[in-house]
Amino acid sequence: MITRRHFMASAAAIAMLSVAAPSFAADTVKIGLILPMTGPFASTGRQVEAGVRAYMALNGDTAGGKKVEIVLRDDAGTADQTRRIAQELVVNDKVSMLMGFGLTPLAMAVAPVISQAKVPAIITSATTSAIMSKSDFFVRTSMAGPQSAVPVATWAVQNGLKRVVTLVTDYGPGHDIEKGFTDQFKKDGGEIVEAVRVPLQNPDFAPFLQRVRDAKPDAVFVFVPAGVGSLFMKQFVDRGLADAGIKLIATGDVTDDDLLGAIGDPALGVITGHFYSAAHDSPENKAFVQQVKDSAKMRANFMAVGGFDAMHLAYAALAKTNGDTDGTKLINAMKGMEWTSPRGPISIDPATRDIVQDIYIRKVEKKDGELYNVEFSTFKKIHDPFVAK
Amino acid sequence: MLTILFDGVAYGMLLFILACGLSITLGLMNFVNLAHGAFAMAGGYVTVILMNRFGISFYWCLPAAFFVTALIGAALEVTLYRRLYRASHLDQVLFSIGLVFMAISAADYFMGGQQQLINLPAELRGRFDLFGIGIGRSRLFVIVICAMLTVALQLALTRTRFGSQLRAAVDDGRVARGLGISVSTIFVLTFALGSGLAGLGGALGADMLGLDPNFPLKFLIYFMIVVTVGGTSSITGPFVAALLLGVADVAGKYYLPQAGAFIIYAVMILVLIVRPNGLFSREGR
Repeated sequence: MITRRHFMASAAAIAMLSVAAPSFAADTVKIGLILPMTGPFASTGRQVEAGVRAYMALNGDTAGGKKVEIVLRDDAGTADQTRRIAQELVVNDKVSMLMGFGLTPLAMAVAPVISQAKVPAIITSATTSAIMSKSDFFVRTSMAGPQSAVPVATWAVQNGLKRVVTLVTDYGPGHDIEKGFTDQFKKDGGEIVEAVRVPLQNPDFAPFLQRVRDAKPDAVFVFVPAGVGSLFMKQFVDRGLADAGIKLIATGDVTDDDLLGAIGDPALGVITGHFYSAAHDSPENKAFVQQVKDSAKMRANFMAVGGFDAMHLAYAALAKTNGDTDGTKLINAMKGMEWTSPRGPISIDPATRDIVQDIYIRKVEKKDGELYNVEFSTFKKIHDPFVAK
Repeated sequence: MLTILFDGVAYGMLLFILACGLSITLGLMNFVNLAHGAFAMAGGYVTVILMNRFGISFYWCLPAAFFVTALIGAALEVTLYRRLYRASHLDQVLFSIGLVFMAISAADYFMGGQQQLINLPAELRGRFDLFGIGIGRSRLFVIVICAMLTVALQLALTRTRFGSQLRAAVDDGRVARGLGISVSTIFVLTFALGSGLAGLGGALGADMLGLDPNFPLKFLIYFMIVVTVGGTSSITGPFVAALLLGVADVAGKYYLPQAGAFIIYAVMILVLIVRPNGLFSREGR
């Protein structure tokens, strides 16, 4: 909270400075960062912000010869706020790029604003496939639709899990993931015994889990939003599904690095597919995780890496345009960009402006007394299965 | 099948403990307290803080959650609620919903917006089979505690001196005062009891229902349904209603997952069509 307040103060100070000395503004590039910093999705906002700050701490605050300035605003996770803030940032603050967007509807809401103003918007968190087609100025550094679900399907069939029940939360990303998993799973010769959808506002998983148990599948494939995931895990274990021989496979949202410690031992042995693990073994990742730990006092998760890479993309685009902040030039510079992120090698598909990345199959294990998603298998260069056929 | 029934009963019992405080304040004291869920949330957070920060056993957290929430309830009754007993229901609603939003923001500020998790002691984890029914230990624990509380509450309200004083104070405050009953003390105690029960429910439910700052709003609708379906004249009504809704909700989600979330509302509408004043209501009120 304090950092945010400081931030607002400094943003206001800069706004005043730029009125006093207009020449100063030309040397500064402003990036509007819109995140849910309060409300139920505040953890997303905190992680993305930590990722953004970590990038600036490690790489300085100049790119393409210009000073980069972040203007952070809180939309509390409501779409009309996101849109209003985006408009204000573009019109009043004259930001050159927008960044953030915790949920699909929040990203959707700014599409008309960025299309009209020709301001690139880098999506750090929202994942549904449908967003990218809404504006030619969207770029994404989080995950493209059911990118992480498809390799899990292939892996499951390869490892003898032929009969699977899917259990997803009943909203956009859930439907995407369910379809992505099911299509691939059937293609590989698996059988979906049943597809269960859980309401978004769901207090108790008991009946759904009992249904899964009674269907007696080899495994249950799960997608639920990160916060609820921990609750789900506990009930999964308590209901004895693991003892009944039903394996839990999931996308990485369920074993979110940020929450894994709090879920505790019930999570041990869970198999997930995802694009980032804090335990990823690379020098880039070690530096990133350490920086987030030192400055934000938490373990970086996949949201933080989305913010980190969004900043990298912004810096690299500015370097490529030599500091030119014209929106169309920036977005063209971003297309086809390739780099090594803390998560591994990634690139931006020039056609869809969406992220192409490796998906890792991981297992929850204990390392130095803490739980981590340990990667043991890699599926290279996965595209969004719905768009890039 | 019976496992579903068991889960439904556990869920219903929990709903009852969470909502019975509301039925007391609404039914007996005639005060529309929409902030009831905030007390439940307070109890949940007390448990989370005591367990995760101070490592206190879950069993001690339950009475702690009850007493801390009861104290908060009593303090708020004396300072705020008391002034609104005579106010119109609209004022009460506006006041208490305002309190809900303050509680949500406060919880968000101090505890963060994420789901809070607690680790139940090992003996409450897992489940066992009894005559082919899968019984979750934590759910059994919830049922036992709630059943004991229900009996105790029913006896306290109908058989004790305090109970009859309370009913007298509600029915005719002036006469009760004339007979030497301290109406305001009774109301403070009753309000504290109701809040405390909500806090206890929040503590018991932290594992099963989850806990985040939106808890009061997320469950407000369930509390209201329990109280409207059950009627507000006794605690038997809300008890039966909570069980009915718990079982209907769980069974609905099991057998008809597509429509699952709506079953509970369908049941409410049906009951209210047949008995507009709730399942058990005093006629002619």
